Amino acid sequence: MTVELFLQTVVNASYAASYMALIAVGLVLIFGVMGVINFAHGELYMAGAYAVVALYAGAGFPFFAAVAIGLVFVGLLGLLMEYGLFRPLRENPLGGLIASIGFLLILQTIAVLGFGVRMKNVPPSTQEKIVFENGVVLTYQRLYVIVVAIVLLSALWLFLRKTKFGWALRACAQDREAAALQGISINQTARLAMFIGAALAGVAGALTAPLVSPTPFMGHTVIITAFIIIIVGGIGSLEGAVLVAILYAFVNTFVTTIYDGTIANIVGLLLMLAVLIVKPTGLFGAKERA
Amino acid sequence: MPERTARNGLGWALGSILLLAALIALPHLLSHSQQEILVLLTINVLLVSSYRLLTLTGEWSLAHAVIMGIGAYASALISKQLGLPVPVSMLLGASTAALLAFLLSFPLLRMKGFYFLIGSFAAGEIIRLVWKWSEMTWLFGGPKGIKLIPPFPDIELLSLSVDFYDPVNYYYLCLIVVTLSLFILYRIERSRIGLTFHAIHWQDKLAQSVGVNTFRYRMLAFVISAFFAGLAGALYAHYVGTVNPNRFSVEDMVYVLIWAIVGGTATFYGPILGVIALTVLNEVVLRALDIDQMRPMLYGAILIVSILFLPKGLESLVPKIKGWLAGRRDRRVVAKRGAKTEQPAQ
Repeated sequence: MTVELFLQTVVNASYAASYMALIAVGLVLIFGVMGVINFAHGELYMAGAYAVVALYAGAGFPFFAAVAIGLVFVGLLGLLMEYGLFRPLRENPLGGLIASIGFLLILQTIAVLGFGVRMKNVPPSTQEKIVFENGVVLTYQRLYVIVVAIVLLSALWLFLRKTKFGWALRACAQDREAAALQGISINQTARLAMFIGAALAGVAGALTAPLVSPTPFMGHTVIITAFIIIIVGGIGSLEGAVLVAILYAFVNTFVTTIYDGTIANIVGLLLMLAVLIVKPTGLFGAKERA
Repeated sequence: MPERTARNGLGWALGSILLLAALIALPHLLSHSQQEILVLLTINVLLVSSYRLLTLTGEWSLAHAVIMGIGAYASALISKQLGLPVPVSMLLGASTAALLAFLLSFPLLRMKGFYFLIGSFAAGEIIRLVWKWSEMTWLFGGPKGIKLIPPFPDIELLSLSVDFYDPVNYYYLCLIVVTLSLFILYRIERSRIGLTFHAIHWQDKLAQSVGVNTFRYRMLAFVISAFFAGLAGALYAHYVGTVNPNRFSVEDMVYVLIWAIVGGTATFYGPILGVIALTVLNEVVLRALDIDQMRPMLYGAILIVSILFLPKGLESLVPKIKGWLAGRRDRRVVAKRGAKTEQPAQ
């Protein structure tokens, strides 16, 4: 492996780490507050991508306006899920998971009916790129993803640490009943977590739409990767999700570059199985959740 | 469980004979394409019933479709590459699925509940990736899978020759295999082993403390359910003639899950009810409306509606309907009596 290839792979891995972190953090946030694994998370990502397909590639909106609308739209989808599925099934954790599988099928079908099963090509919002002196290339489109991920995740971190809502959210994640006894509204907190979690997946899909050619089934690979990340990182640990997203993206990108994509996927899944066997709470998870 | 009085036993026997007659007559009332669906439905009945045996121990696997695929791939390869007769390869295929489940149970059954769900999902995806892997194309055929799988051989019995290319005959073959399998599954559930599965589901610590090796029993449930899922896969492979990794994907697993959940898993007949109801709905309603693309949405909606409003599945309606019918009969009897003796019914 030459130095140029190595550096290029590092750049590619950073991009992959950024959008995977956005998706995985959303998934962890939803699990932390509601105790539900959202199987439809990959389809929320897909919905974000299709928002850009419709608004930017179709209706000719400016790229970032389309991304912003996509963020809000997917956040609202999250609210719909919270209100329609997860709230009535709060006493039944497996029920929420199964209901989200039903929702996933519905979202997929809507995408198929609305846009067809073929891949959609989204033109890049800019052709500009940074070329480093040793020939390593970073397109602006990828740079956007990295910058937005860093900004949004930092904002989320500040929100969780510094604001009252953030404290309430973390309290709910630690112990829902104790939080309710302190006067924290569980419904409001769940809404907030679901909106943020879904919107993060949506913004990841919207930003990467020009890079990945959206299809209605693009959520599938994403959800598997997201599962690997949150299991290895420890379900419920936001920091773990970010760190493992970075770790996973680097391992995956390097193995793909050196060997091939299938081996990279198998390595990722084996890593997850190994963690599940040796330390089911994950590398950064503190305690077993019931 | 209702007591088996002589009258009750007679009713059971009569019911079984009627059901059997209906099942034998059924394909002759259907069109050719419906007969083909009937074959697949029969195979799916076995698939979902084998899945239920695993859920008895309280575990929900996401690898069951892939395990069915192992049976399909193994039986196809054994008959095609090694040239063994198809009935033998089917049993060997099912045994391969059971063997792989045995090996997988060492890592997977260390987990429970949600972790088991995700772990089985990962294990299934790894197996599917191996099927698709370009390095293994010489064996598994890559994403295109295995084609030209030998069909079930014709049977020459005296002057009668049975051609299994005909879906009606293959349906009868499946019916025999599936009925036999369901009988075995039912006996297992009603045996000591089955009661232990229930005990592990509801009171695993208590079961452990009275000396039940819970790991071994959970492994047993996993292996038995894998054997019958593999058998379903083998029946499928030699009927359709091709297998490929996408036939055993997460989507297919989701359908198994939907059948089991919509039907309910508390009774033996629940999942069977689910798969029959949804297949009939699918074939009759969707085909009539010609909206095949809507299928996943309909299934998703049914799944959500049933988990929200009918969390115990279709099977929970059966006692209600029975009770309603019985109640009506009782009321009628009471009303008649009341009219005769002029006494108000209580």
